[in-house]
Parts: sequence; C-alpha cells; structure tokens
Amino acid sequence: MTVFTSLLAGLVFGLGLIVAGMANPAKVLAFLDLAGAWDPSLAFVMGGAIGVGFVAFFIARQRTVSFLGEEMKLPAARHIDRRLVFGSVAFGVGWGIAGFCPGPALVALGMGEGKALVFVAAMLAGMGLFELIERYRAGAASPGRKG
Amino acid sequence: MTLDLNAFTPWSALAGGVLIGIAAAMFVLLNGRIAGISGVIGGLLRPSGGDIAWRAAFVLGIVAAPWAYSIVAAWPAPQIDAGQGALVVAGLLVGIGTRYGSGCTSGHGVCGLSRLSPRSLVATAAFMGAGFATVYVIRHLAGL
Repeated sequence: MTVFTSLLAGLVFGLGLIVAGMANPAKVLAFLDLAGAWDPSLAFVMGGAIGVGFVAFFIARQRTVSFLGEEMKLPAARHIDRRLVFGSVAFGVGWGIAGFCPGPALVALGMGEGKALVFVAAMLAGMGLFELIERYRAGAASPGRKG
Repeated sequence: MTLDLNAFTPWSALAGGVLIGIAAAMFVLLNGRIAGISGVIGGLLRPSGGDIAWRAAFVLGIVAAPWAYSIVAAWPAPQIDAGQGALVVAGLLVGIGTRYGSGCTSGHGVCGLSRLSPRSLVATAAFMGAGFATVYVIRHLAGL
C-alpha cells in the first residue's frame, strides 16, 4: 500500500512542478537572477506548498503513526553544523549553475530531455561519492584500521 | 532589480505550489515520511536500504508526471541553457551538496519550513543565498 501511495505522491509532486513552471530551468534561473529581469514566481510556489504543508505537518506532529499505520518518521536532528551549511551552499551553487534541483531534473528526465539525463547522472555520481567518502571515513575512524 | 511582469505567473505558481504541498501532505500523513527528493534518491544508493520499493515508486511517480500531464495538455517544453560541462559540474555539486546538507528544495525548503525547523531554515537560506550569488557571478560579473 505504501508503494502505491508513494507512486501517487510522486506523481502529484511532479505535476505540481510542471504546473508551477519549476520543471523549466530558465524560469528557476529567472527567479535566482535578482539583479536581472526578476521573475518572483518561485516565491509563490514555495508559499502555496508551505501553506498546505504547514497544516499537514501540524497534524502529523500529533500522531505517532500515519493514517496507514506506518511509523511517523519525522527528522529528529536539531544541530546546525558545518556539514549542513557547506552542503547546502554547494547545492545552491550547483542549482545556480544549471537551474535544476533534484525534483525538476527528474521531471525533465521524464520529458525525454537529454540534458536532464546528463544532470541526473552527475547528481547520482555526486550522491554516490558522498556514500564512498562517508564509508571511507567511517572505516578510517574505527579502531584497528588506522591510516 | 526590475520585475519581469511578462514572465511572472503568480496563479499557476501558487496552484503548482499547492499541488506540491498536497504531495508532501500525502507522503507524511499516509507514509509517515518527509517528501525530500534528494533523501529518497540517496537512500536508493545505500546498500543497507531495505526500503527500495517505496523509494523507487516515488521517483517513478515524479518521472512519470509529464506523461500524466500529457493526458490533459502538451507539457511546456523546458529551456535548458547550461552546456554539457556545466550540467556535469552542477549535477555533482547538487548530488554531494544535498547529501551533506541532508536535503534540497523539497526536504528543507517545503517540508522543513512547513515544520518550522530551524535547521531547515538555515539550510534554505544557505542554498538560496548561494543560488542568488552564483547566478549574479555568472550573469553579471562573468557576463556569460
């Protein structure tokens, strides 16, 4: 059942990105270009999404299981550290170069855009690199495996 | 700053945003999860996963959205101006950055801000600020 609701949620998410115009990198970059001819549309996308999300998470916070009986897995992390800030800055630089963040890139991939495939492949490589670095560091930090 | 009123689409932006909010609401209220796209994809790359099915289904749903949209109307063609090299650099930065930063526009920007999470507020300010700065450097300083 959660597989079906995941599929449905993904579909609605993707449709929202297309309707909002956010599957189009040129429109995203027009929002990020404060010094140029600024298109504030993305702020309205965020406003609409957060308006609905605020109510949903207000309900979610008061429950321990979802309406399908799944464990409610809300993030518990509260610390603000260098990983969070530098990671987000790196993401923002990449976002500013191409105008793609992960969701819209997947939508453009579904549109059959070759350039979206290049971006998604590189993004997956970046995520894979993160896993490799973290595994190496975990291995190097564990006792008995110095160097 | 000059407003580009011809490109500004407040109503479709708001409507699309509400749909995104509904998707995030479905995901948390039915599946008990945060609809953070980078986190969902990232979990697919972790061998210890064990929850591959719902992650793959969520990704498949997003990729299939243009097909669903095309039942009603032709989708608006995206305009991707970045060259191949820039796309590779951007993709790598987005991939590694969203994993170290524990989220992207959906996880921190939509879900995190909806939860009033201070961590997500810092992350969103960081990637938005970096996005504004990057576009400023590329378009107005380097003049590319």
